[in-house]
Amino acid sequence: MSDMRTPLNRVRGLGSAKEGTEHFWRQRLTAISNLPLVIFFIGFVVLYNGASYEEVRGALANPFVALVIALTLISILYHMRIGMQVIIEDYVHGEGAKIALLVLNTFFPIILGVSALYALIKIALGG
Amino acid sequence: MSKSPATHARPISPHLQVYRLIPTMLMSIVHRITGAALYFGTVLLVIWIGAAAAGPEAFDAVSRLFGSFLGRLVLFGYTWALLHHMLGGIRHLIWDTGRGLGKETATRMAWATLAGSISLTLLVWIAGYAFGGGA
Repeated sequence: MSDMRTPLNRVRGLGSAKEGTEHFWRQRLTAISNLPLVIFFIGFVVLYNGASYEEVRGALANPFVALVIALTLISILYHMRIGMQVIIEDYVHGEGAKIALLVLNTFFPIILGVSALYALIKIALGG
Repeated sequence: MSKSPATHARPISPHLQVYRLIPTMLMSIVHRITGAALYFGTVLLVIWIGAAAAGPEAFDAVSRLFGSFLGRLVLFGYTWALLHHMLGGIRHLIWDTGRGLGKETATRMAWATLAGSISLTLLVWIAGYAFGGGA
């Protein structure tokens, strides 16, 4: 009996960080959702680069385009947040600096996401 | 008072610089660097959508900025970083299934990631100039 864990602890399988494989799994989940979404977005930019204001507004007001871009934003922002979290944890060893950066790393994607979603809604409503 | 043993310089594990650079290692490093670059590159995407929402003046200003030589250079780099990170990510998803972990296969996949990202970036930009300007 070298295993000192309780049966409950073992069956939960969450380890010392108390999150198990959750981070890894979410990174993979958003990686998979990023693939078709980002390919769509690249196609959109290929077609609408250099287009006039009216054309881009018209395209972004299309419900399908707006929804796919909204999903793209949510997917990439979540993916980049947990990716940057690993970079911070790997290289920033000072406890204060690490916590400050992890806090900013949560604020930054939320600010970007809410701004972009607000812009998409404004365009969709013709404002 | 002497330092406690824990605060003396301790032997640490060797880091990147002691190893010979090999393709899989280089692609691993580039995957992280492109990921970090894309993190900040997302700001450009939000600025673009925000400008479209703000009105014609803002949109034209951002279009001029993104269309300038420096703007195009940054967007070209952004495109490559995005495609490279995407192909690198596909490589990771393949590895997650337990495939492609052999030494030769992994090295071939590393070079394929680089070759693929450069070719796709050029293709996307050629397509952008050929089909761009609005549908």
